[in-house]
Amino acid sequence: MKPKLNASNAVAALLCAALVLLPVYSAATGNIFILTLFTRIAIYALAAASLNLIMGYGGMMSFGHAAYLGIGGYAVGILATEGIGSGFIQWPVALAASALFALLIGALSLRTRGVYFIMITLAFAQMAYYVASALSRYGGDDGLTVYKRSDFAGLINLSDRTQFYYLCLGCLFGGLYLIWRIVNSRFGLVVQGVRSNEQRMQAIGFPAYRYRLVCFVIAGTICGLAGALLANNTDFVSPAVMYWTRSGDLMVMVILGGMGSLFGPVVGAIVYLLLEELLSQFTEYSGLILGPVLLLIVLFARGGIMGLLGRMSRG
Amino acid sequence: MYLVVEQLLNGLQFGLLLFLLAAGLTLVFGIMDFVNLAHGSLYMMGAYFAATFVTWTGSFVLGALLALGATLLLGIVLEYVALRHLYGRDHLDQVLATFGLILFFNDAVRLIWGPAGLALSLPAWLTVPVQIIPGVYYPAYRLMIIVVALAVAAMLYLVVMRTRVGMLIRAGASNREMIGALGINIKLLFTLVFGLGAALAGLAGLMQAPILTVQIGMGENILILAFVIIVIGGIGSIRGAFMAAIFVGIIDTMGRAFLPDLLRKVLSGAAASTAAPALSSMLIYLLMAIILVLRPEGLFPAAKR
Repeated sequence: MKPKLNASNAVAALLCAALVLLPVYSAATGNIFILTLFTRIAIYALAAASLNLIMGYGGMMSFGHAAYLGIGGYAVGILATEGIGSGFIQWPVALAASALFALLIGALSLRTRGVYFIMITLAFAQMAYYVASALSRYGGDDGLTVYKRSDFAGLINLSDRTQFYYLCLGCLFGGLYLIWRIVNSRFGLVVQGVRSNEQRMQAIGFPAYRYRLVCFVIAGTICGLAGALLANNTDFVSPAVMYWTRSGDLMVMVILGGMGSLFGPVVGAIVYLLLEELLSQFTEYSGLILGPVLLLIVLFARGGIMGLLGRMSRG
Repeated sequence: MYLVVEQLLNGLQFGLLLFLLAAGLTLVFGIMDFVNLAHGSLYMMGAYFAATFVTWTGSFVLGALLALGATLLLGIVLEYVALRHLYGRDHLDQVLATFGLILFFNDAVRLIWGPAGLALSLPAWLTVPVQIIPGVYYPAYRLMIIVVALAVAAMLYLVVMRTRVGMLIRAGASNREMIGALGINIKLLFTLVFGLGAALAGLAGLMQAPILTVQIGMGENILILAFVIIVIGGIGSIRGAFMAAIFVGIIDTMGRAFLPDLLRKVLSGAAASTAAPALSSMLIYLLMAIILVLRPEGLFPAAKR
């Protein structure tokens, strides 16, 4: 696939450049806040991108994607509490736990379709939420403080703001590259084929269920990485990370940016979190504006922001 | 034994309340094919309206009736202004739009009523315990919830099964385009159904208000329960929603009441006290997952579209 120069690709390229240069701006102006804000945005963008892989390309509308944020976060938090501070152990465990959870719930959920799929993934995420709330040894409802960030044996210092930002950004770009490769691979084409017409794909000999399941597990694992980053970013993990409204936030980011477009979720995460942040500086009641804005976007900007850009560049 | 009876009644009462919420949701879902996450907000608005109107009028019944009317009106306005433009759109668009409405309503309530919760106190005649069987007393108010909800369920059944409007609603649930083609004003019908669903959600909210605190976000947890119910019961089926609601209400209440003791017999004390709250909260989600795996269309699937 040869990239074409159009409005959406130009926006994506500008965005990447701006994200890479952000710490320079932050250091020059002494604006630390913007760096921490964009660290959070990069993490959520990674989570949203992973959701986009199954939602946008795979047609699997998971309403429980925030569960992996919690699982990745709790893997880091619990291991840190038990005295295992090395990121070389914490992170693989976080990824493996997320993958395992995705395999388990995916194997069951993918037997259903449509709204039933939305609801069953939601149910599983709620179960994870209640399990986390009951972990009294690890803070229960109140959440778990991570006193020490993951230790990578001097390779990278997660407590340094700039280094941690670049780590998050690196994970985001790595995740996007992986998703891009997957989407354009034979495997990804089969998954997209199944989204369009499952029966036809079955008929020409592809085991649709298995392809979808593998895609579901990959997305869950990527989101688990975002969870591990998030726990390190906030030094804290709580059941609230897995609550269904957080899954809703992720969905909103994907749809806002543009489902099934590689950079859509990144744009969505930036716009959604920036809007939230800006509005909360003006008014205590940000939802009064954010809510109707979402409604208007649905009513008048189908295909999200990237879809809008695509239409503009076509004229 | 008395405890079991009491908890069974609590479960029944909770289940019936959930039915009021789920009935509106399943009607809107089944007929308009519309996923309304803001249904929980209507439930919350019903509770806030009730708390306000009861204080204004000084009468519980009058306040409740006014609140019911207000939620009905709110539902109709909401449908007319925004939601009717989303019928026929992708489910995801609807999820996004109504998710936005949740944000809007939560902050609107915070602006109007403030962040602190409200309490709705009951009139004296509803606070006395009633002796239902010798030796078992049950709060009159909870008993009233059971009676009112059963009456509403019966009325809903009669309206849906025995009247012309009900016939149109059932026809709409099985084939929307066809009844439109037969010259029925579906726009009006849809607005009506949505208003009815909103009023039912408001009724559930205002009846629950004296038992729990009226607070922001109260609709979010219970909305998910209502979704669980309509999924278990089969989307679009009122009968399924009724059965599933009572089932879920009783299982949830009994689980919370008795599971800790049961677990303590099997597990050690510490393990049981960790597992019990998680397991009792998870119980109905577990149930739903099992049912969906075994019967992906729910227990009482409505007629195929």
